[in-house]
Amino acid sequence: MASAIFFLDLKGKPLLSRNYRGDVPMSALDKFPILLLDAEEESSVVPPCFSHEGVNYMYIRHSNLYLLAITKRNSNAAEILLFLHKVVQVLTEYFKVLEEESIRDNFVVIYELLDELMDFGYPQTTETKILQEYITQESHKLEVQVRPPIAVTNAVSWRSEGIRYRKNEVFLDVIESVNLLVSSTGTVLRSEILGSVKLKCYLSGMPELRLGLNDRVMFENNGRSTRGKSIEMEDVKFHQCVRLSRFENDRTISFIPPDGEFELMSYRLNTQVKPLIWVECAMQMHAGSRVEYAIKARAQFKRRSTANNVEITIPVPDDADTPKFRTTVGTVHYAPEKAAIVWKIKHFGGGKEFSMRAELGLPSVKESDPDRKKRPINVKFEIPYFTTSGIQVRYLKIIESKLQYPSLPWVRYITQSGDDYTVRLP
Amino acid sequence: MSDAKFFAKGKAAELRMELKSDKKDKNFARRKTTLKRIVANMTMNNNEMVQLFSDILECMHLNSLEIKKMCFLYLINYCRVKPDLANKALPILLADIKDQSPLIRALALRTMSCVPLATYTQAIVDPLHKLLGDSDPYVRKTAAFGVAKLWAADSRLAEKSGLIEGVNQLLVDDNPTVVSAGLAALTDITDKSEGMKLAIGYQDASKLIKILPDCNEWSQTFILNALMSYTPQDPAEALLMAERLSPRLAHSNAAVILGTIKVILYLTHYVSDDAAIDMLVRRFGPPLITLLSKPYEIQYVALRNCFLILQQYPHILQSNVKVFFCKYNDPIYVKVAKLEIIFLLASEENMPEILRELREYASEIDVQFVRKAVRAIGKLAIKIEGSARDCIDTLLDLVATRVSYIVQEATVVIKNIFRKYPNRYESIIAVLCRNLDSLDEPEAKAAMVWIIGQYAGRIENSDELLDDFLFSFKEEAVEVQLALLTATVKLFVQRPAKGQELVLQVLKWATEETDNPDLRDRGYMYWRLLSSASGNPEITREVVMSDRPAVTVESDRLDEKTLEEMTLNIGSLVSIYMRSANQIFKGSKSKHLEPSPALRKAYSYGPTEDQQMNVDASSLMEQGEDDDTAAAFAGPNAFAAHGDLLSDE
Repeated sequence: MASAIFFLDLKGKPLLSRNYRGDVPMSALDKFPILLLDAEEESSVVPPCFSHEGVNYMYIRHSNLYLLAITKRNSNAAEILLFLHKVVQVLTEYFKVLEEESIRDNFVVIYELLDELMDFGYPQTTETKILQEYITQESHKLEVQVRPPIAVTNAVSWRSEGIRYRKNEVFLDVIESVNLLVSSTGTVLRSEILGSVKLKCYLSGMPELRLGLNDRVMFENNGRSTRGKSIEMEDVKFHQCVRLSRFENDRTISFIPPDGEFELMSYRLNTQVKPLIWVECAMQMHAGSRVEYAIKARAQFKRRSTANNVEITIPVPDDADTPKFRTTVGTVHYAPEKAAIVWKIKHFGGGKEFSMRAELGLPSVKESDPDRKKRPINVKFEIPYFTTSGIQVRYLKIIESKLQYPSLPWVRYITQSGDDYTVRLP
Repeated sequence: MSDAKFFAKGKAAELRMELKSDKKDKNFARRKTTLKRIVANMTMNNNEMVQLFSDILECMHLNSLEIKKMCFLYLINYCRVKPDLANKALPILLADIKDQSPLIRALALRTMSCVPLATYTQAIVDPLHKLLGDSDPYVRKTAAFGVAKLWAADSRLAEKSGLIEGVNQLLVDDNPTVVSAGLAALTDITDKSEGMKLAIGYQDASKLIKILPDCNEWSQTFILNALMSYTPQDPAEALLMAERLSPRLAHSNAAVILGTIKVILYLTHYVSDDAAIDMLVRRFGPPLITLLSKPYEIQYVALRNCFLILQQYPHILQSNVKVFFCKYNDPIYVKVAKLEIIFLLASEENMPEILRELREYASEIDVQFVRKAVRAIGKLAIKIEGSARDCIDTLLDLVATRVSYIVQEATVVIKNIFRKYPNRYESIIAVLCRNLDSLDEPEAKAAMVWIIGQYAGRIENSDELLDDFLFSFKEEAVEVQLALLTATVKLFVQRPAKGQELVLQVLKWATEETDNPDLRDRGYMYWRLLSSASGNPEITREVVMSDRPAVTVESDRLDEKTLEEMTLNIGSLVSIYMRSANQIFKGSKSKHLEPSPALRKAYSYGPTEDQQMNVDASSLMEQGEDDDTAAAFAGPNAFAAHGDLLSDE
């Protein structure tokens, strides 16, 4: 529950707000920038919710905006913080981008949306597709609308009736992000696969979909011998359209999809992953004169796959200069603003190994504690037509009993580096 | 396309001209534009706009939803400044509330219940009765929240009006969204109400769980929240409900997951079968880990709640401590929350990997985080005796970096290690003594001085070291001065010949040249002790070198009663602050377990009438000691420990 919601610029100046309950004095807002600043000075630990003189502040940051909710009650913080993220998502889907300028550019619609997204501080409808049916930027449409879409209060709250496509198609993307942490001694400390099944649905009517995966638990339930590869997902999360009890009972993923793009499910595997791109770094520090790096990168996946847009970022001392590079493949550039050198390889074939040498000059005056700031090497890549876990879409059945149209599902697989694919420097 | 142009500062007179102009205005295009400018100026807090109230009233009659919305927004914004004019809008709203379109009925209702004027509050009672039974679920749901708003504005009127019973009726509505809105409204009211309490029986609770899948994600969180008002009367019933809820753990909405965990944890208090409880709570592990890949703010809420859940059931993630290892780019608040959990899950088996990891954190950039990591290493030495040696070696390794704040932090924790394991690991004193120059913080200095005093007999040049510290005695912080005083006396007790000169000097300073009463008192106390017991140095020694109470890190754990309250509040602010609700939220009801035949042990029975009446004086005292006195004493410290396990307190 939130008393009021604010959009603020980075200085903490309010751009637009909605007061839902009127039980917190708006002067509480004036304190927010000061509190943020104070907290930052005291220590660098500013949590996303804190309390000051009886008022509780919960906030998130998005591009050059703060979204802030305040309350005096013991509110459900998980719900409100998530709601703020949802507001960002809805407004982004409405306006393409959400930043300080978009607030003023669209203030009337934002006021309307705020009235619909939340009532008395409780989140209501946050499905963009549904909202767009009765809150639009082109004002002339509004006059036609006499009642809210049934979906707002329906059991199927994410899809409206009467959707029509001439060509019925579903595009299914299986995207796996690999997070990996390698110690300075070369052992894998932590690895996880975060998978996501995204759908682009262009289907008419109210179709019933059923997705079949090579899920080991389901195979075992059905007494099927695990012929071929099956995978064991440690945790699965579903979009609200999926019938959870059905999944609980017999692992069937059945649902009526929202229209357009959405994330159907996400899953996680904690199995030890063999690093797809292995990076070794030898560093030689000649204090006061120069530092040398010898980097080796190896693609440890099958030859028939290729990693694209590989980017290896190696941190260097922030007072380094005069960089010199030598590499057999790709390009290297020095990014002083990040205090790093970036080695880019457009196509990295499976089983290949490349190396790169770099030398940077160092000022003769030593920094007080040069080795202290240890940042890790970061690796980015994407490998199309390949999943690390071996997950496979066995089928996607589409049934619309009234319309009975033929439909085409398309499936794509891709593996990419997650937000934390790092190798610690020695 | 862009509406930013409307944000030019406008004059009221000019805008009025625009609104009133007789010129042709097809589809009200001109007036729409003008209203946009007015709303934009309102957004910029241009107070001149309030002068346009009567002009806005005229626009409210226009047959355009877009115009209506802007006018109503204006009304909500300025009604307090111009109550008389605002009252003139009342008939318009009352007419709209009977409009054919459910959208307009709901809009008018929402707007009316947002206007904090007595006239509005009174005028809305009758329409609310009607709208609670509206044919459109969208309106009924809006009406449910309308009653909650009315109650917040005027609780007596709301209770007298019979509207609350009306909301109660919504709980048997055909439409799940309406049911959940009714529950949200009732929860909102009963959370604050003195007299009313939400109580849900088995049949109703069972029905609520059944309709959960038919509600949108937010409605699900309302229902989950309301399920906390269901008190199982039978262990089998509680278990069944918990099992029926558990599929919700696969929902993608983090608030639904945490809400489900909250209700299941609550229900376990009424389940008798320990094995069944174990099965239930083990299912929390994977979803909790998955929450760690959500946005940072959500991760933070999840981590704080993980900390609570793991205090009670550490085994559900003990073998997974690695998932809590920090990512390099995590914000500090996430890293610190992870560090607390790593500490909590540390055991002799996983210590090697934890120590390596903490050693890594100690070389990061953020000073606060580095300090906490160092402190955690020291505390682990105390928590897990079998790993103490390894922890100490890691600390010494860190001291060798000679980075000032690391050395200081290490000194402080090593002092505690000495207290926990007296007369062991003394070889490390020499290492510390080589780094005395790095110490400039009072806490670290006091810790070092304590070590020197305690081991004055064994440190070869303890008198010289103390003498060095005493050089700046008068400029030191009181805590250092107190430590120096005690340490010098200890030196004297253990090596009278070496300490004699120093102790006289310090006692003279402490008793004659200070304004601080604590220091003076302690000075006199030692003075008298030394002079009166001079015949018997054994007695002096016993007093000065007496055993200290053992140090534990268990004090960082929440006591069971607080923990129980926290787990009943999973996902809420209380669970993040880790402080009891009545400490932070004025007049809030703190959650407790309702008594029932199925209830296992509880630490917080609800204060029913009878119990309160029957409390006799002695038990009142006991209770006082348990709750209030203890809280008053330990208040700030307890918070530091709970709120931030590895704080600098």
